[in-house]
Amino acid sequence: MRIARTTAMPIAATVAGLILAGLSLHRGWPARARLVSEAQAATTLQGTGATFPAPLYQKWFTEYNKAHPDVEVNYQALGSGAGIKQFQQHLVDFGASDAAMTDEEMAAVPEGVVLLPMTAGSVVLAYNLPDLTQPLKLSRDAYVGIFLGRITQWNDPTIAKANPGVTLPDTRIQPVVRSDGSGTTFVFTSHLSAISEAWKSGPGAGKSVNFPSAVAGKGNPGVAALIKQTPGAIGYVEYGYAIQTHMPMAALENKSGKYITADLNSGKDALGSVELPANLRAWITDPTGANSYPIVTYTWLLCYKKYKDPQKLATLKAVIEYGLGAGQGFSPDLGYIPLPPNVIEADKKALAGIS
Amino acid sequence: MTPARAEAVREIFRPGGPADERTLLSTGSDISQAPSAGEVAADRFFRAATMAVAWFTVFLVFWVVLSIGRQALPSLRTYGVAFLTDTVWDANRNAFGILPAIVGTLYSSILGLVIGTIFGLAIAIFLSEKFLATGLDACLAFLGLADNAWFASLPSRLENLLRITIELLAAIPSVVYGLWGIFIVIPIIRPPANWLHAHLGWIPFFGTSLSGPGLLPASIVLAIMVLPTISAISRDALVAVPPKLREAAFGMGATRWEAILAIFLPTAATGIFGAVILGFGRALGETMALAMLAGNANVISWSLFSPANTLAALLANHFPEAGKPEVAALMYAALVLLAITLIVNIVGTLILQRAEAGLKGLR
Amino acid sequence: MERPPNRTAVTSEVDLESLERSLRRPRTLLSFTLSALTGLATFAALFPLFSVLYMLAKQGLAGLSLATLSELPPAAMAPGGGIGNAIVGTFVVVAIASVISVPLGILAAIYIVEFGPETRIAAAVRFAAKVLTGLPSILAGVFAFAVVVATTGEFSAPAGGVALALLMVPTVLLTAEEAIKRVPARMREAAIGMGATPTQVVTQVIVPTGAPAILTGVMLAVARAAGETAPLLFTALFSNYWMSTTHPLFLPKTMSDLMRPTASLAVLIYNFSGSPFDNQIALAWTAALVLVVIVLVFNVIGQSLAGRSSD
Repeated sequence: MRIARTTAMPIAATVAGLILAGLSLHRGWPARARLVSEAQAATTLQGTGATFPAPLYQKWFTEYNKAHPDVEVNYQALGSGAGIKQFQQHLVDFGASDAAMTDEEMAAVPEGVVLLPMTAGSVVLAYNLPDLTQPLKLSRDAYVGIFLGRITQWNDPTIAKANPGVTLPDTRIQPVVRSDGSGTTFVFTSHLSAISEAWKSGPGAGKSVNFPSAVAGKGNPGVAALIKQTPGAIGYVEYGYAIQTHMPMAALENKSGKYITADLNSGKDALGSVELPANLRAWITDPTGANSYPIVTYTWLLCYKKYKDPQKLATLKAVIEYGLGAGQGFSPDLGYIPLPPNVIEADKKALAGIS
Repeated sequence: MTPARAEAVREIFRPGGPADERTLLSTGSDISQAPSAGEVAADRFFRAATMAVAWFTVFLVFWVVLSIGRQALPSLRTYGVAFLTDTVWDANRNAFGILPAIVGTLYSSILGLVIGTIFGLAIAIFLSEKFLATGLDACLAFLGLADNAWFASLPSRLENLLRITIELLAAIPSVVYGLWGIFIVIPIIRPPANWLHAHLGWIPFFGTSLSGPGLLPASIVLAIMVLPTISAISRDALVAVPPKLREAAFGMGATRWEAILAIFLPTAATGIFGAVILGFGRALGETMALAMLAGNANVISWSLFSPANTLAALLANHFPEAGKPEVAALMYAALVLLAITLIVNIVGTLILQRAEAGLKGLR
Repeated sequence: MERPPNRTAVTSEVDLESLERSLRRPRTLLSFTLSALTGLATFAALFPLFSVLYMLAKQGLAGLSLATLSELPPAAMAPGGGIGNAIVGTFVVVAIASVISVPLGILAAIYIVEFGPETRIAAAVRFAAKVLTGLPSILAGVFAFAVVVATTGEFSAPAGGVALALLMVPTVLLTAEEAIKRVPARMREAAIGMGATPTQVVTQVIVPTGAPAILTGVMLAVARAAGETAPLLFTALFSNYWMSTTHPLFLPKTMSDLMRPTASLAVLIYNFSGSPFDNQIALAWTAALVLVVIVLVFNVIGQSLAGRSSD
């Protein structure tokens, strides 16, 4: 033991000392710790789910935490699939998904489920073609063909047809998709199923489907990162991720044959084309408006109908109300579409039903 | 026995201490004392406790296998052997098959192993056959420094440094290698890989272009991770080659490499093979490097540049979100992975034991 | 080596030319080429290590500051941020794993060397330890999920600790076994002769004497566990917050502080490595640097203990 004491202890003590010294030098630390210790005991809410609205949610939760230091909402963006599963297993206080839960999925939660649409956004096709300067237009045949693995070169005639006067490179197309169960995948593949028989009878729609010849990344960030790192890549991500990472997005052909670029207005236009039913579930697979961007979705917070812990319940309600109120103000900056007033009203009504 | 007397025992036998029974006896005539009833009871309890813990570690293995096996049972019943040969993983249709993941696991591991073995063996030979020492000795003699004590010890110190550096490779966490792979390996190998595809695309190994993640970058990182295992164990095997074989080979006038290739390597072959198998076991179970670099695509391809999937990466990606039937399928996949790694590791350990036994006869 | 004294006598009978090493002869040339290739391969194999260390130094140091070390991870699209809670979380999870695995490994090692050597249990324990050594780390995570997360209903630091403990047990056990075996038999005999019970022999003589070598194994196991990612993915999960904001070092104070998702450096690196945002990628490199330093410190402590104990 003598030997151990003489060597390990000084080293351990030095390391610990260095850490302590470093911490005490940094003024923010103890100060912040003291501030919180004077407040009441912290309430923590745990949520997992979609990566699609994660930047917005995490912005809400950090802002809320700044105003109410006693409330911590830990949101882990693992994908909608994980969100729904962990919500069903009661591993979290709330879930999040951009694929609304199906009746079957809701039946697995005995105390009942309340789905609250919290924001909306567009799914865009971002690409990495460094030599291409003009914006790319993709017809319905083109983007279905790319993800079916039928169109493999960027200078394919199907793509060229919609882009007259543009020199398309002779490089291979590398589709990038999601490796995890994803609401974004669900929205994208539901749209593809709605516009293409070949897709419907082939890969189909779902939170994770079999894409031929694609590489897969984890979450919206993972897909965005892969597109960014891979010349010749194209993949589907939430609008905000493409904007924030400065990646070009293709203008897509909508139902009325117009090529529409994703932005706030074309997204709002698409949302306007559907009426939310009483249960607040709606799938916008192919909006009809002439100026609608074709792939748009609401995204939902999954709450239990009944909570045992009254403090958790009160906190959750307060946080959601913050998101529906002041929180909507962050939407345009981060690339989301603020909820229409009637949806916010409906949300508040549903929120009152949680006890 | 009092702590003071225990201290006396340790003091007497301390390395460099007065290890002499006479000293022990002279420390006191009442040194020996029968244990009290309380001490005997404590002894019984402690022994029983260690035995319980020993049993528990054995039980732990069964517990792991059972907890995975029990949850895999439903899918074992539903999918049977077809699970191993189906190629589709589609949670929507409850269609689960892990052939691409099995192929990807084996392909990436074997590829990583081939690269890792070439380099690992080179290092083992380099370190065990005193290449560095002879080379440096020649340099020192040339510079007239061979008699200088500090310089004379330099070769062995450098050799030690090299060995520790290689061991350092094993200490770096796999997630750090994954990070490095994404930002260094992929950009470096992309141009040559795509040149190979463009010019030699008719060879199945170069059948696709490398867009980013894929088998080759994953295998390169795997190779780095198995290299320390292979080089360390192979070096031990080569060092264990009996000196008389060594002397006999050189005495017959063999060049250094004739001796290595014809005598040393065959003698150490079993040990080296065991090292390779253990490296294989490590590569098979590696998760992070593959999940980060292989591309997570459920395809089977001969191409080194194609994205792929592995059993461990499949688990890492799908487990957090899987519904009931998919969890059962994943547990089945986990069971397959467990079986493969268990077999490989047991075979590797047995081979190493045999290598040791085989060399005993030669000594 | 001594030179033969009667060298001149030999040269008169043998053609001296043929004994000279000459690169023109195919045998020597082959030998020389292979030597060169081996040397080349050895130094080529060092390239990745230096590349990794260079990148860690370049990218990791660039982002290293007191703020990075003490702040919380940023949300996607939010600027700045740090890895403070991941450092604390790594230490907490590894500490839990050590608390579970170290007594387990050492007690089992004591049994198979001291109390029941040559028994069937000892053989079974050794075999079990070898099997656990080869257990893919992701399966440790699957096991801990099934045993801890599914029963407690929470992702938590203890769940991660159980997963890591499963990977640490065999290392601790096998090194402790070697360490205990190396304690001289005479010490045992002397202690027994003084009337010590077997338990006293073990706890007061053998374990203290073997301690440095046992600790080496513990340090190596800790170093390995700190770098593991796969077992934590669905056990400790991750958190954007401190385990406790009321403790000056943000260590957990209550059970509920502990029973919640916990950040770790390894998972942070994994999450941020796949990020498209530059600040998150920079944090991944900084976290990698910190993690490698932690792992190396434990390795060095372990090695230095091993060096001392073999003196």
